[in-house]
Amino acid sequence: MDTKLKNYIVKENGDIILNMGPQHPSTHGVLRLEVVLKGETVKQVVPHIGYIHRGIEKMCEYDTYKQIIHLTDRMDYLSAHMNNEAVCLLVENALGIEVPERVKYIRVVLDELTRIASHQLWWSAYGMDLGALTAFFYGMRDRERILDIFEESFGSRLLHSFNTPGGLMHDVHPNFQKHTMEFVKYFRKKLPEYHQLLTDNVIFRNRTQGIGVMSKETAIAYGVTGPSGRGSGYSCDVRKIAPYGVYDQLEFEEIIYDEGDSFARYMVRMKEIEQSLNIIEQAVDKITDGPYTAKVKPIIKLPEGEYYQRVETARGELGVYVVSDGKKFPYRMHFRSPNFNNLFVLNTIAKGHLIADLVAISGSLDLVIPDIDR
Amino acid sequence: MKSNEELIKYFTELLPDAQIQEGKQFVEITVALDKWHETAKTLAQCDLKFDFLVNITAVDYLPKFMIVCHLTSTTTRDFIVLKTFIEDRDNPTIDSLYDIWPTAEFQEREIFDMFGIKFNNHPDLRRLFLEDDYGYPLRKDFKDEINMIELKN
Amino acid sequence: MHDRIYDFSQLTHHIDQALRSVMSPTWTVITELVIIGLIFLGFYALLGLFLVYAERKVCALMQNRIGPNRVGKWGTLQTVADLIKLLTKELVYIKRSDKFLYNLAPFIVIVASFLAIAAVPFAKGLQAVDLDIGIFYIIAVTSLGVIGILLGGWASNSKYSLIGAMRSGAQVVSYELSVGLSLLSIVIFTGSTRLSTIIASQADGWWIFKGHIPAVIAFLIYLVAATAEINRGPFDLPEAESELTAGFHTEYSGIKFAMFFLAEYMNMFLVAAIATTLFLGGWMPFHIGHWDAFNRIMDYIPSIIWFFGKVFFIIYVIMWFKWTFPRLRIDQLLKLEWKYLLPLNLINTIIIAFIVMMGWYF
Repeated sequence: MDTKLKNYIVKENGDIILNMGPQHPSTHGVLRLEVVLKGETVKQVVPHIGYIHRGIEKMCEYDTYKQIIHLTDRMDYLSAHMNNEAVCLLVENALGIEVPERVKYIRVVLDELTRIASHQLWWSAYGMDLGALTAFFYGMRDRERILDIFEESFGSRLLHSFNTPGGLMHDVHPNFQKHTMEFVKYFRKKLPEYHQLLTDNVIFRNRTQGIGVMSKETAIAYGVTGPSGRGSGYSCDVRKIAPYGVYDQLEFEEIIYDEGDSFARYMVRMKEIEQSLNIIEQAVDKITDGPYTAKVKPIIKLPEGEYYQRVETARGELGVYVVSDGKKFPYRMHFRSPNFNNLFVLNTIAKGHLIADLVAISGSLDLVIPDIDR
Repeated sequence: MKSNEELIKYFTELLPDAQIQEGKQFVEITVALDKWHETAKTLAQCDLKFDFLVNITAVDYLPKFMIVCHLTSTTTRDFIVLKTFIEDRDNPTIDSLYDIWPTAEFQEREIFDMFGIKFNNHPDLRRLFLEDDYGYPLRKDFKDEINMIELKN
Repeated sequence: MHDRIYDFSQLTHHIDQALRSVMSPTWTVITELVIIGLIFLGFYALLGLFLVYAERKVCALMQNRIGPNRVGKWGTLQTVADLIKLLTKELVYIKRSDKFLYNLAPFIVIVASFLAIAAVPFAKGLQAVDLDIGIFYIIAVTSLGVIGILLGGWASNSKYSLIGAMRSGAQVVSYELSVGLSLLSIVIFTGSTRLSTIIASQADGWWIFKGHIPAVIAFLIYLVAATAEINRGPFDLPEAESELTAGFHTEYSGIKFAMFFLAEYMNMFLVAAIATTLFLGGWMPFHIGHWDAFNRIMDYIPSIIWFFGKVFFIIYVIMWFKWTFPRLRIDQLLKLEWKYLLPLNLINTIIIAFIVMMGWYF
């Protein structure tokens, strides 16, 4: 490569530049990290992204709002439901559509199930990043149960695009409540296994405690949200600070750890799973009979203006920004994706650690690359 | 957390030059291009302390560009929108907010990548997603002869 | 009587006699060498295949899976299929790599592991060479493997390989100390480095039972240090998958990769064999004090089964480690050795010397 193009790298004599990715086991997708190393110590991390850029924002300008929902699935595919919900809430708020109570509670349950599934996958992959390969199968075993619930109701397991402005595509399966409660009961029993396998392991603790410390100020300055931000001790849960849906009627705690290291981020996620189970238990009982969708026109046209909707996904704050010119397609659509902001803090917090720590840190930020690239 | 009326009152005093109105959801502050950086700094240091840049992006209103920031305060939870317009289409330039909110560095790189808007004092202004010789796809006059599917409204 | 039926020295003696009756002494020695070489080659290949299969099944057991179950009965032919796949795979050559060293490296690794088998006592009378300096020989030869790893990592002209190789160098050199010291403790007990003498000294009880707590400590330290020395999880830093993709063998493909792979399993076998020989009585049956009837029954189990039973038990424990623990970091790894294992080992050695001096062991 031309040396002039690489002026963003600060390299001294004896340093080596290591390319991690785009095909690398621990970057979880097509992320490329250009790492400047002195021996094994990381001096600089430069993330290169765009390997899976699909131009979703441009595509949105040629799609109706109902079609856009299917595109949002493909951003953060592990919190597909929250992404859908963000667009739906935006449209509903803009048009003043009153969503039936039943739909609100079903959405909350699905939100939390998706969050648990996402955290389970993260937990599995994080174990793998640190070399504990067995963890992967424990996480996947339990995640399977959630995906089965999804499959039963929506026919698809990961990208279900089940939300639609005004409600749901169709009603959930009659067994939805029963199976969800069965899962909650089952998973409460299985959760201690997770802690036995990783949390209480001495090697695991030594690998994560005090590694990649992100101060509260850094987290705010770099716009880090979600569990990664809460691990740094600042409250950024959109469910609490700007409640949407029925989150203001449910009781749950916002988990905040002050340490800011990888272990704190890990613990936030593990505790969040417990909170999510609590939320599901409360919400499942409140799913009343009723219509599964409000009456919405087949072609949605938002009134002229700008709209912004914040939603808490499994990885942080997702923002949907829409400029409408009154037509059926949005004039401009922008997604403030949580992973995008979480990724770029990596250079700041990984500096001075070893390569092995870089893997532990980037794993603890829980990055999903399609969400960064969009 | 203040209501929109209170915020408007507060900002009218704080920013005499800015144009402040209530938008669909939030209070929107529109400033002139040359006051952009100064206003941002004032907002970051005012009593409400807008220390969290949630989102910064651009919109192409042919022929001018709009840069829009969504700001929030992690202490008071107020949420506002900051806007400015760039008239110069051939060589759009604006001051970078990198020194106020470090997260702007990468979001501004995305804007540069998608709209070709240059940021003054930006530490590392490179294309983020696309190749160096690619056009600026989110501009409304962008034409990709090969891949683009044109839809009529 | 039972001493005789399972004694392989009778068998080898008869073969020797038969050969001597038909050819000159020189040719007899040459023929015997060839026969032993061929037997070991066959044994090596079979054991490699079996250990890979065992690893997969143990791994599956740890992970709530079934493991290989398609090729052959219970997937037993899976490793054979893998071997054929590896043999037919393209060998990738890397531009600007040091061709000679790049090709040499896997051979050094595999030869190092192969050499050590010669001194392993498999059963009563079944040992190729019973060297005076048996333990010393095995330690020396197995640690040659790291040269191959260093060469392979350096010659492939890849940063991942280089980092992996350097880690391996640091790791093996450090843990060699602990391995040596913990083996030394048994040498102090027996007063000999000859493997047959060491085994003979355990006829009335294995050293792990006879040597009080210091022997148990030495055994545990040996297990940890040896696992680290053969680069297996949780000490598999040279090939740390999530950091260095595959470490020192990132750039190897086909059969050359298979050689590294096989050498890893053979080293595991050797580690287990040495642990068995020194701490668990080698091929000696399990005896308890004066329970003559019990000891008699134990004697009827052939010595070769005793040996492999113990070896596979230790291999199982090493695999268990690997599939349970997360990986250490390089500085933690070196800290563990230099700050904890080595001082503990030194003190332990002094205690053992004291015990031996005072004669406080059975």
